[in-house]
Amino acid sequence: MSNILENLKYSKDHEWVSVDGDVATVGITDYAQGSLGDVVYVELPKDGDTFAAHEAVGSVESVKAVSEIFTPIGGEIVEVNESVNDTPENVNNDCYGEGWMFKIKLDNAGEVDAMLSSVEYEEFLTNEH
Amino acid sequence: MRYIPNSPQEVAEMLNVVGLKTPDELFRSIPKDVQLNRALNVTDPLSEPEVILAMESYAAKNPGATKPSFLGAGVYSHFSPTVVDYLIQRSEFFTSYTPYQPEVTQGTLQYIFEFQTLVCQLTGMEVANASMYDGSTSMAEAFLMAQRVTKREKVLVAETVHPEYLEVAKTYVQHCGIELDTFGFDNETGRVGDLSKLDNKVAALVVQSPNFFGCVEDLQSLADKAHAVGALFIVVVTEAISFGLLKTPGECGADIVVAEGQSFGIPMSFGGPHVGLFACKEKYVRNMPGRLAGVAYDKKGNRGFVLTLATREQHIRREKATSNICTNQGLIALAATIYMETMGKKGLQEVATQNAQKANYAKTQIAKLEGFSIPFSTPTFNEFVVRCPKNATEILAKLLKENGIIGGLALKRYYQTRENEFLVCVTETNTKKQIDGLVSSLKEVSK
Amino acid sequence: MSIKQVTSHPTQNEGLIFERSQAGRVGYMLPKLDVEETNLDDFLPAELRRSDDLEGVPEVSEVDIIRHFTRMSTWNFSIDLGMYPLGSCTMKYNSRLNEKVARIPGFTNLHPLTPESESQGALELAYQLQEDLSEITGLKGVTLQPAAGAHGEMTGVMLIRAFLDKRDGEASKERRVMLVPDSAHGTNPASANMAGFTVKTIRSTPEGFTDLDHLKELCAEGGIAGLMLTNPSTVGLFEINIKEICDLIHTAGGLVYMDGANMNALVGVARPGDMGVDVIHLNLHKTFSTPHGGGGPGCGPCCCTAELEPFLPTPRIVKLSEQEAVATGISYKLNYNRPDSIGRVKAFFGNFGMFVRALAYIQTHGNTGLVEATQSAVLNARYVSHALADDFDKPFEADCMHEAIFSHKKQTRKGVHTLDIGKRLIDYGFHPMTVYFPLIVEGAMLIEPTESVGRQDLDSFIDAMKSIAQETIDNPQLVIDAPHTTRIGRLDEATAARKPVLRWKKDMETLSKTA
Repeated sequence: MSNILENLKYSKDHEWVSVDGDVATVGITDYAQGSLGDVVYVELPKDGDTFAAHEAVGSVESVKAVSEIFTPIGGEIVEVNESVNDTPENVNNDCYGEGWMFKIKLDNAGEVDAMLSSVEYEEFLTNEH
Repeated sequence: MRYIPNSPQEVAEMLNVVGLKTPDELFRSIPKDVQLNRALNVTDPLSEPEVILAMESYAAKNPGATKPSFLGAGVYSHFSPTVVDYLIQRSEFFTSYTPYQPEVTQGTLQYIFEFQTLVCQLTGMEVANASMYDGSTSMAEAFLMAQRVTKREKVLVAETVHPEYLEVAKTYVQHCGIELDTFGFDNETGRVGDLSKLDNKVAALVVQSPNFFGCVEDLQSLADKAHAVGALFIVVVTEAISFGLLKTPGECGADIVVAEGQSFGIPMSFGGPHVGLFACKEKYVRNMPGRLAGVAYDKKGNRGFVLTLATREQHIRREKATSNICTNQGLIALAATIYMETMGKKGLQEVATQNAQKANYAKTQIAKLEGFSIPFSTPTFNEFVVRCPKNATEILAKLLKENGIIGGLALKRYYQTRENEFLVCVTETNTKKQIDGLVSSLKEVSK
Repeated sequence: MSIKQVTSHPTQNEGLIFERSQAGRVGYMLPKLDVEETNLDDFLPAELRRSDDLEGVPEVSEVDIIRHFTRMSTWNFSIDLGMYPLGSCTMKYNSRLNEKVARIPGFTNLHPLTPESESQGALELAYQLQEDLSEITGLKGVTLQPAAGAHGEMTGVMLIRAFLDKRDGEASKERRVMLVPDSAHGTNPASANMAGFTVKTIRSTPEGFTDLDHLKELCAEGGIAGLMLTNPSTVGLFEINIKEICDLIHTAGGLVYMDGANMNALVGVARPGDMGVDVIHLNLHKTFSTPHGGGGPGCGPCCCTAELEPFLPTPRIVKLSEQEAVATGISYKLNYNRPDSIGRVKAFFGNFGMFVRALAYIQTHGNTGLVEATQSAVLNARYVSHALADDFDKPFEADCMHEAIFSHKKQTRKGVHTLDIGKRLIDYGFHPMTVYFPLIVEGAMLIEPTESVGRQDLDSFIDAMKSIAQETIDNPQLVIDAPHTTRIGRLDEATAARKPVLRWKKDMETLSKTA
């Protein structure tokens, strides 16, 4: 059973979001890292790039799979976690902590509200998989 | 059929096991109206001696294979140590597949790793892949890579890049949003000329050295100019033996080096199979096409090798892959590896030096002939252009007919206006006697 | 640094050539330079020459070379050693005769720019091979230029693109959808992309065939440039609705490209041209047994209808009429004047050495032998499919053609997966089957025996698979930890990809990591 934290918001693309003021931190969920297997490389967006919600901003690679990272919310990238490229295993070991991907300045806080709660995400996982 | 083990009796028994009576029933799922229902119109089976005879009679109609020849232009006659062809015929190398299962393909993976290392050492680059089909396709792939790296659409290519390479590149990029543009050469020096088209829209500046005319380019200054506008600098090499003597493209600032590896012990074989070399700076490795072998360890700490960074490739990334390449040139890369290692440091230097010396001798002697001259002033390696007193195609035809010598390549084939010029290549396989024969015959036929 | 040995046997501990190198060793000898030597500086100035003395390039003797490569070779599995049941790869016997004739000096010493009058034999041989491939596929136009299967695919879809651009003019812009089944080789979408097409995926039915309803839906969406279809499909089934599928695509205004990777199931029995296929590539290194060589060289001729022929790559080999031949003294020439051609896909004419081998294969088999090979390949696969049906999950009911497919569903309950079964096969003396391909079958195991396996060997393979199925029940860990008999165990591919080491360097760890 994959680990789902209560205080986060989730997308159906298996990203999590944690909001602090008008900046959201985004990463991939425990379920996502588990399905990928050993993460070996993460391609991140650049500071200052802007994206609409659900756009692909980068990708996560394991030995034999690659998966795009979608931003669940639109806005401007204000920080990326460069450290995951020195230690991509952090995405596996601590996906909700050290393995976060990027921070994005929200265009529209409503987009966060529309995301799944931990309970809803858990239901989604049970039903879909 | 002697390649098929089962006897008619065994076939009958096996058919019985799967519930069938005749071999035809194996194909019941193929609708009747698309079955052939007749014998193929190809030859009746030939015995071993008959096949040999048939093949030898084709070969006998290739007299060009046995005549003294001064053809180069992308394919070169070089000596290949006996061990090269002997070793590549080990069953374990030539009848194995792409090394997807590392536990039973370490032999292949380790030589690929050695190949990658040697290509890096010779080109002066940081990473090299496990090979491409040939030099021409390797160059085309480099253009696509430059587009991915720079996100720019224009590739600026010297007209002195091998004309057939340029044709291949045109085919490859025609639907990929890349605009190919060419720039000319200096009529005095034979080196690349006017670079006024080089601007900050250009993804890559592409230069061959030694170029198609044999002239060695000043790579360092070209690299600086490319980098000044944020373009990649791609260096193309068709004569890999030149690596033994010439300054490396890597040292001169190349971002990508592509080369034809045929000179490393591979027979000319009417143009293939040969092997493409592909090397680049390490920071671009994730944009590289083709296979890569890397070091890996097992649980006990034993060193082995695996195919790595596979997520760039088509079997994983499908339409978003860096290339559609799947099969590379494994066995030819092996031959090149064995060649480079057998020749070793000294041999690669000596063979390159011999090529340069012999070509220089031929060039000097031909230049002395009345009516003949060397049109380009730039130093050359083992190929150079000769200007004749009259039409070069006619001179070469006469040389072949009267003296049985293939004197080189008439430039008109690729450069319409250069009717009186031809390209001569001299390698270590051309004896002094052959060279002197060429010189004296040229004198005769041009009278 | 102390070197820990992989095993106690010296041949199993061969390091990299760079680790064997000793300054001053030589492995070659060239004839003495026979022209008068000139000072290099006088004609090739020092600033153009390398000054690093080829730092790092090895120095070894000929004996070192022989031992080095012979030892490494023993770490490889090979067809000559035993059954190599990689599905889709067609690991059939590579005849020594083919190797011998490809090495005739009249072929190997022939320069591709040799005047046509001096290379008539090579042109004639290539022409003959084209004729034979045309007869085998039922398609008129053949080019031998592509260097490998994926290269032939690229050529094929580019032909389609050029044809549509010419037929539809500007309106061709609206026709950029290439349909590719979800079971396709990854090269298909990658090649379609190179021709500027957008890929749409067609579903397969639970029975393993192309979903006709979905195909119709996609056709109705419009913009169809074509379809890339493997037949028999990658699950080893003949596409029973092939004619209807071709008709649907043609009615939608597109063309049908067939991936010929599995043509060895059809040679002499059925022809793509008769099914409505417009263009196909062949893998000479599969169907016509040119050696795989540890990953190449391949050769991927492309065969097409007369309608598509004008678009084939330049140059084309032309056979002259008798009068022309008498007038010119040659029988074959190269035609470079092809205004509609997609252009060149490779310098010169293709992997000629592979043409020789493939033609020798065709001549040796002849019309009867080619059919016999097809029958034997299908019978062997059917036999395996039949024999293992109780032990492994068989995802599709239909009779298989040249390869049998299973999934790991019966084994996963015990924690054993396809990869483990493949690795355990190594301990029984077989190369693993193709694993996890095609993607539509969970934990796919694709087994292609080819015609080059006799009944005893097939039975041994079947016994090995049954034994692994039993081990999965009795002692799954044995299977999960396999292989147990190889020089090295399973390698840590994640670390290899995280911190890639792609070339030897002086300070590199030697044979084993020191603890």
